[in-house]
Amino acid sequence: MTITTDQSRGAGIGWGGQPLRTMLEESERRFSETGHYDGIDRLTLKEADPIRYEKIFSRLRGGMVNARETALNISASPIVREIGELCFALYTPEGDSITLSTGIMVHVHTMSDAIKWMIRNNYEENPGIEDGDIFCNNDAFIGDVHNADVQDILPIFWEGELIGWAAGVTHVIDVGAPLPSGMPMGPIHRYEDGFMLSAQKVGSKNRLHRDYELRCQTAVRLPFYWMLDQQTRIAGCQMIKEAVYRVIREEGIETYKRFIREVIEDGRQSFIQRVKELTIPGKYVVPSFMDVTFGGEAGRLPPEAARDTLMHAPLEVEIGAAGEFKVSFEGASKWGYHSFNAPPSAMQGGLWVLLTQSLVPNDKVNDGAYFAIQNNLPYGSWANPDNTFCSVSIAWVYLIPGYSGIFRALSMAYVGRGYLEEVLAGHPGTWNMTQGGGLNHYGQPGAWTNFEMSSCGTSARYVMDGEDTCAAMWNPEGDMGDVEAWEILEPLLYLGRRIRPNSAGPGKFRGGSGFESIRMVYNTPSQVLYNLGEGNVFLGTGLFGGYPAFAGYRQSIKQTDMARRIAHQLPYPISDEDPENSQMVAHVEGVLERDKRTIHLPDPHAEHDLYLSVLRGGNGLGDVLERDPAAVVRDLNEGYLLPRFAVSTYGVVAIQNAAGEWELDTAATDEQRAAMRRERIAQSMPVEEWIAQQRARVVQQDFIAPVRQMYQESMSLSPTWAAHFRTFWNLDADWSLEGGA
Amino acid sequence: MTHYDMSTIADLVDGKLEWPQLKAMMSNFKDPDRFATYIAVLQERVSWDDPILLPLGPHLFIVRKPDGSIVTKSRSGYEFGDYRQNWKLQARIRVRDSDASLEELYPAMMHCTPGWMELREYIDPLDGTLLEVEAVPPGYPIVHSFQPDLETFYREWLGRPL
Repeated sequence: MTITTDQSRGAGIGWGGQPLRTMLEESERRFSETGHYDGIDRLTLKEADPIRYEKIFSRLRGGMVNARETALNISASPIVREIGELCFALYTPEGDSITLSTGIMVHVHTMSDAIKWMIRNNYEENPGIEDGDIFCNNDAFIGDVHNADVQDILPIFWEGELIGWAAGVTHVIDVGAPLPSGMPMGPIHRYEDGFMLSAQKVGSKNRLHRDYELRCQTAVRLPFYWMLDQQTRIAGCQMIKEAVYRVIREEGIETYKRFIREVIEDGRQSFIQRVKELTIPGKYVVPSFMDVTFGGEAGRLPPEAARDTLMHAPLEVEIGAAGEFKVSFEGASKWGYHSFNAPPSAMQGGLWVLLTQSLVPNDKVNDGAYFAIQNNLPYGSWANPDNTFCSVSIAWVYLIPGYSGIFRALSMAYVGRGYLEEVLAGHPGTWNMTQGGGLNHYGQPGAWTNFEMSSCGTSARYVMDGEDTCAAMWNPEGDMGDVEAWEILEPLLYLGRRIRPNSAGPGKFRGGSGFESIRMVYNTPSQVLYNLGEGNVFLGTGLFGGYPAFAGYRQSIKQTDMARRIAHQLPYPISDEDPENSQMVAHVEGVLERDKRTIHLPDPHAEHDLYLSVLRGGNGLGDVLERDPAAVVRDLNEGYLLPRFAVSTYGVVAIQNAAGEWELDTAATDEQRAAMRRERIAQSMPVEEWIAQQRARVVQQDFIAPVRQMYQESMSLSPTWAAHFRTFWNLDADWSLEGGA
Repeated sequence: MTHYDMSTIADLVDGKLEWPQLKAMMSNFKDPDRFATYIAVLQERVSWDDPILLPLGPHLFIVRKPDGSIVTKSRSGYEFGDYRQNWKLQARIRVRDSDASLEELYPAMMHCTPGWMELREYIDPLDGTLLEVEAVPPGYPIVHSFQPDLETFYREWLGRPL
């Protein structure tokens, strides 16, 4: 069918000839005045015919899922095809999400921000919004997380009126930054983040503009992947448009218009109802931290960037009497000269994807939930930079730890209410993230991001261990991808991929385990690699006495004798297992590089160099001394736990039999655990005494530079947090750290 | 309306439900009487008689004492004072801030770096149960993790007086 724009209806392309900006302003006014989306307080369509209402929803939602599942086959990127790093959504004319597909739901509200940005900047007048137009965005300050997430946004018209938007996003392999990969580490300004499309019109009449297509051929590495990803997004959006047209033909345009309003208010009311059903009013405080180890990059980065820093994410969730849900980062560290700043749109993305996996894990989620949440993102902090020229290349480095308290906060509420089946001791850091680039094994300039990090271990539940190697906080359908798929894209071979011992956070119930991959640079003279993850700090912690999962490290073996080993069919490393007894080191000759600089600039590797990637596990829950001893023995026998930690961590005494299997010594275990409980009492002190001791340290400001800087930034940006710090340590009202900002 | 009997909730608390049952509970509508059943189950499992008003974890509860005061109390019977105060301030603490102490839990290279972060263990003074672990930089104020609005919860959400 042909859809044409009837410009005779009025000055604007919105409903009844209204300009879009007027529609947006009116919608916001009605919400502000009534507290209900679009001023709707009664869901009349739903009340009159609930079955019809649900059918309309199902057809639209089915259209989103169908678009995703079909369109991903167009992409050639394993990030999209194998891992499913894409998502589609349908929006109102004002840019509020109505329904969404499965996938990286992070982007449901980021694309909303991008649409509203276009409306506020009067795209209706210039460059114009017409049926068949294609807009493309990957600018996080407009509406995105970072450049690697590229969005296509298509207006939907019906009889001359703009009735909504279809939008899709994929995570691309390379963004054409000076450093290779989709999320390069090293940019400290926006200008280094790569190919930037700031809600740009890139197509009309359902075709991409020729000048844009030609530009893409030289703007990014591997343009073949970029263009197929774009076709994926456009095809999905076209499928969404068809799904909308079908509903309108069957139900009528007026019903459609009423439905898309009601369903968002329905989402808002449902969110509040869910909050009151599952949680407890009150305040939840769940801070987390992230280290950036650019201190080792002096000479490669300017002085303001070449330093170690510690990010502070003092997450608070406050739930009010009427189900109000407030999320605050009051006291967060300042934005910085690194690649990890997270503008508000990115922050919304991080929150969205977590809430849809915990509080509202249903198909009815839409921007109604957004309208039910209040956010406090302090201006000038990493969570809301006051410098729009800072880099956001890999905002996830701060987003992932920043929101790691959300699951734990909600879980405290679930435990209070008795909904123990919902409890989860946080989410893991979804790394080690391995990226790289250089001349690839096809002789072309290449770049890659390995998404096997989508399969980290989940944190422990209240009543069972976390799941191994299965999830990422940002993609609820995590998949590590086949090694063969990665080897097609990356000039590195997998020598081994297996469960990593001690990668799970200890607890009565341990976290799910992560895994390790040993990669060998192959069929290329050189390749730069990036390692990424926390190293000097733990990401969050466990719950109710559970410990956090391990903190990472970086390990490569360079100038190896692998060529000789391959030629003579000699043993080579297929695992690493334990830094104190590394099997990787034991089975190859070469130069070992191992440190805690887990965030760094590109590290040159040559052919046959080996690289270790240790994928994270989840946090533990509950007291380790309450873990079923049989579960500890099982972990020993299945390679999840190194033998020396059975006693030192869990107080479990196990003996290896002649067949090499571990067997429990029950009596010795009981004795050991009783002794460890006594030891805890003997080695601990009353908290009040400890506070008095520690106060002296605080007064002396006896902290390493990154910690001191973190406190300075938090106290400087937030008088509230400064007062909290001073009150706790009983310091004078004008106390500040030396050299403070 | 979804409802689970007391033995099912008891099995949930004890971790005896099989995964399919647990998964079904997650997917199903929530049972509005869960809180009452849950509290009844927990009350049977503590050795003291103070009524539990709100569980804070496997070993910590907000309870009402015979004199009417509301305090945080552990399974062992230790009382941490008024429930509005941070119970951690009345606990015992052990801090892992050295390689040696951290390497009882993690292999070398796989733990936080002392100076950057420490593990604070909050311990029940009576029985040595590990109640909570904080992972924070040195000097970080002790975290008051959860401050429930108990009055509102009972009066407005449960529809009965505290």
